[in-house]
Amino acid sequence: MYGLFLRHFYLITRSFPRILDLVYWPTIQITLWGFISNFFATHTTYYNNAVGVILTCAILYDFLFRTSIGFNMLFLEEIWSRNFTNLFIAPMKIGEILTSLVATALIRALIGLIPAVLLTSPLFGISILDLGIFLFFLFLSLYLFGITLGILVSAGLLRYGPSFENIAWSTMFLLAPFGCIYYPIEILPEMFQKIAYLLPLVYIFEEARNILINQTVDIQNIYNAFMWNGVYFVLSIALFYYSFHVAKKKGTLINMGE
Amino acid sequence: MKNLVEVKNIKKNYGKNEAVKGISFNIEEDEILGLLGPNGSGKTTTIGMLLGLLKPTSGEILINGQKLEGNRIEILEQINFISPYIELPKKLTVKQNLTVYGKLYKINNINERIEFLSEKLRLGGLLNSITGELSSGQKNRVSLAKALINEPKVLLLDEPTASLDPEVGDFVRSFLEDYKKEKKISILLASHNMNEVTRLCKSILMMKDGIIIDKGNPEELISKHGRKNLEEVFLKLSRSKNELN
Repeated sequence: MYGLFLRHFYLITRSFPRILDLVYWPTIQITLWGFISNFFATHTTYYNNAVGVILTCAILYDFLFRTSIGFNMLFLEEIWSRNFTNLFIAPMKIGEILTSLVATALIRALIGLIPAVLLTSPLFGISILDLGIFLFFLFLSLYLFGITLGILVSAGLLRYGPSFENIAWSTMFLLAPFGCIYYPIEILPEMFQKIAYLLPLVYIFEEARNILINQTVDIQNIYNAFMWNGVYFVLSIALFYYSFHVAKKKGTLINMGE
Repeated sequence: MKNLVEVKNIKKNYGKNEAVKGISFNIEEDEILGLLGPNGSGKTTTIGMLLGLLKPTSGEILINGQKLEGNRIEILEQINFISPYIELPKKLTVKQNLTVYGKLYKINNINERIEFLSEKLRLGGLLNSITGELSSGQKNRVSLAKALINEPKVLLLDEPTASLDPEVGDFVRSFLEDYKKEKKISILLASHNMNEVTRLCKSILMMKDGIIIDKGNPEELISKHGRKNLEEVFLKLSRSKNELN
């Protein structure tokens, strides 16, 4: 019994991502649901005239989640199937690997999204298409951020190996409180608001609510979302290349164990 | 004979740990070079550097006259690798796996190539089987087919017959001998099977603690060390101090 305990204890203490994983899950859950509860307790009439805003935001968030997790899954599949080395000794440029993963992640996300969109109308009498042409820009922006997160996590997997896997599953939850998915940014403490404004998510979800509730469009929100997406996308690509360089120095590419 | 692989004084450090301490060797066209050494001697690190998965701390590797550094993609098109420690995706059929790798290696006539390899490696009846459901021997032959999909000029083999029964092991060894002779390729064979190394290799490098402690053809080494076979030479060198360099 003690031996089995030690087996897992040693594993946890030898891996920073695993320790981090233990700490931040409860913290994130408490923070996210704390803000949601706080908002509904103080703004009970906010959503009165806009049935489906929460559902629309849930679908948008799910698209982001599927895109990001989908990208990570593609990368993790290669590690789990012990095919990772085969892939990295094939004559493919890093850019080619990333491009193929990005395209495949999009197809995976769309496969999950289309039934969800189609189901909301007959089941709840709500259509996400009410967002109009701007829905395309919101989805595009979410897709960009989703694959950006996917690339960042994959860079972590390259650099730290499979122990980074837990981070892969939880990046979206880590960002969710700052994304202001179900509540406006004003509900966050001032310091958190400053962080939230550095993410594209807050502009995307603020704009979705703005279109549905106020029936107006604030182009500035869409522009800000794309601007921050551009910044993070470039950073993620740079980090992936750097991680590949470090992995070649440290030997992670030939040593993808636990 | 032309050298297809030239390794010039490569070193690999992981922090303060020196995994490979400046080794040099060549592999000629139509040659199988054996790489022997106890666990931790630096064999896998050396193979990793030849595959471009590891960056040498210093030194230079040339494949078919091209420097690996700066020409990684062009060189990867000409080499391939097999190891029991890496596998092909288990859920795909054999044919799907070979097709995927045919595409990754930009092979034009994939179906012809798969047909040729499946005939040579006795895979005909397995092409539509799920890879994960195959026996060890069958998986090994599929991995070998993947490793030959791009008609590599240089083939790196890490324990290619580990965990195979004697019949399949013999089949794989005979196949490698014939294929090398026919295509004039260079093969680096890392193995702990001394009979296999004696049978296949024209020359051998003995590694220990990151350096080459001896080299020569199997008969020369056996006679030089006054032993009956290569296994005894291996044991002697593995247990000795690194004084033979």
